[in-house]
Amino acid sequence: MQSNEPGPEFSGVVKWIDRRLPIFTMMSKEYQQFPVPRNLNYFWSFGALASITLIVMIATGIFLAMQYQPNTELAFNSVERIMRDVNYGWLIRYIHMNGASMFFIVVYIHIFRGIYYGSYKEPRELLWILGVIILILMMATAFMGYVLPWGQMSLWGATVITNLFSAFPIIGEPIVTWLWGGFAVDNATLNRFFALHYLLPFVIFAVVFLHIAALHIPGSNNPDGIDPKGPQDTVNFHPYMTAKDMIGIAVFLLVYAALVFYAPNFLGHPDNYIPANPLVTPPHIVPEWYFLPFYAILRSFVADWWFFQIFLGWWGMTAKLAGVLAMFGSLILLAVLPWLDTSRVRSCKYRPVYKWLVFLFVIDFAILGYVGGKPAEGWYVIVAQWATLYYFFHLLILTPFVGWMERPKPLPASISQPAVAPAE
Amino acid sequence: MSMSIKSRMIGRALLGAAMALMIGGGSAQAAEGIVPPSQDWSFNGVFGTFDKASAQRGLKIYKEVCSGCHSLNLMYYRNITALGYSEDQAKAFAAEYETTDGPNDDGDYFTRPARPSDRFVAPFENEKAAAASNGGKAPPDLSLMVKARMHGADYIYALLTGYKEVPPEGVTLSPGGHYNEYFPGHQIAMAPPLFEDAVEFDDGTPATVEQMAKDVSMFLAWTAEPEMEDRKGMGVKVFLFLLVFLGLAIANKKRLWAKLH
Repeated sequence: MQSNEPGPEFSGVVKWIDRRLPIFTMMSKEYQQFPVPRNLNYFWSFGALASITLIVMIATGIFLAMQYQPNTELAFNSVERIMRDVNYGWLIRYIHMNGASMFFIVVYIHIFRGIYYGSYKEPRELLWILGVIILILMMATAFMGYVLPWGQMSLWGATVITNLFSAFPIIGEPIVTWLWGGFAVDNATLNRFFALHYLLPFVIFAVVFLHIAALHIPGSNNPDGIDPKGPQDTVNFHPYMTAKDMIGIAVFLLVYAALVFYAPNFLGHPDNYIPANPLVTPPHIVPEWYFLPFYAILRSFVADWWFFQIFLGWWGMTAKLAGVLAMFGSLILLAVLPWLDTSRVRSCKYRPVYKWLVFLFVIDFAILGYVGGKPAEGWYVIVAQWATLYYFFHLLILTPFVGWMERPKPLPASISQPAVAPAE
Repeated sequence: MSMSIKSRMIGRALLGAAMALMIGGGSAQAAEGIVPPSQDWSFNGVFGTFDKASAQRGLKIYKEVCSGCHSLNLMYYRNITALGYSEDQAKAFAAEYETTDGPNDDGDYFTRPARPSDRFVAPFENEKAAAASNGGKAPPDLSLMVKARMHGADYIYALLTGYKEVPPEGVTLSPGGHYNEYFPGHQIAMAPPLFEDAVEFDDGTPATVEQMAKDVSMFLAWTAEPEMEDRKGMGVKVFLFLLVFLGLAIANKKRLWAKLH
């Protein structure tokens, strides 16, 4: 995109460096003069919030790693030592622990923003796919991080999730043994999870860099979903967007601080303050809240479900494998959303039907999350199964068909002239 | 509305606002079993602190009743200065216990009086010994009990006061089982640990079962979260800072964007 102003002028040492390595020019072009649509709302702050959370997680994580012992005999007590005897260890750990939840809250809202305003559509498909990759990497990282304190839910959560791979015929069992580094979730597993939990955030960081690089080619989408037509439609990223982001950051930090200081364990499970014990299985094994919608999809597939019996069961597929494929499929399908959505209009502001379907999709996701945290019995199973079907129905059927059938509202002529020209 | 319910509601409302969007108010903490009644704990709420007199009585109950079976492995004797004891008192408290040390220069392990830098001495050598003396299952360590159970201190209090001498109609207890209203499954191996005047409090507080249950729950709330007072105190300052920051951010944004139009 064209910037509103000529290139920056530097002097002295900065000029000397910039002529040889133009990082100052780059920063100025990408983070100062970078033009953004002037009609962005606060949903557009969540990308910045997610970046900040990533940095907070890496910073606190490095300090935790200095005190943590990735050994099944020592891990639980080393975490408690951080909580009790390391200076401000409780603060650093609670920031890290709740930071994971904040990361998912922010990223889920960021994804909702992308879906509602059609940010994934041409020319931002690759940007969107990189985002889905970040989400999947985040999930892997969070899952392994939850194992590290070596409480009951760490051990049993890890056992349940790694066991999913055993659903694959023939190669399943060897994969699980390979993941574990043995015949149970044990010291070898804890060690490698620690190593990977330390590595993956830097991989995420790299993909975030690509995500932002890909964003800076077409620039930000906006609530109207139309391209800026000129400088009158945009403002400079700094100071205009940064000033808005500051408000978002303050509100975000208030919510984050409420968790860290007043309800640090609200989103966790009490069982994880019981040291891991391979001989005692907790009555209900539940993953962290941000996995619950996907966990509900996984558990929906039981052998006596009519949908499974009619469509999947007869050619030898097990319910467990169907559940695993559905769970991974529910994530991977998001990556192809740019091609599932056939509408040429980006923003739901101008899509009278799909707008409501997006809200329904969010409600469906919330219902999946709710039943995912309940025991898999009675009505919870039936609700989870219908919600699972709706999840796929929305993405695979409703999204393409509504895109073809729907009559969108007329788009405004430009961002700076939001009033629609009267029909001739 | 009692304080505890109120503060919990405020806390939940704050978080709920953030969470409702994504998970519809439900969290991983699916309620299990009977919900114990909320007590009016001094540590509830944004400005909550531990009632030190109560926690000191709780320490005495732990020492004279609980510590016969339950360890407190994460606590050091030095930690009790946080309950208002002097360093000399902590030293004297520790010296009442014998701990194993070594090996010495001759390669032998030996016992010596515990020091403030030692962990609370556990009642049994190891988990197997604890299990062998308690019908096959080791009594759990109490350090984190309040954080490791749904409903925390409310649950501990309810459990300690929830024994029924005669189980309700139709419930048959297995040998060594005791009926408790709040224990999951209602059958608990631990015999009712508290009875009237089981301990004599130094401050003259009558040692009713309810009083003792309250005091020991207070004590265990402290052992589970010794950082709580620091945490909540810092939280107030962080909130004040962030509110000022938010005000400045809003003013700055308004001033800047006003020039655009």
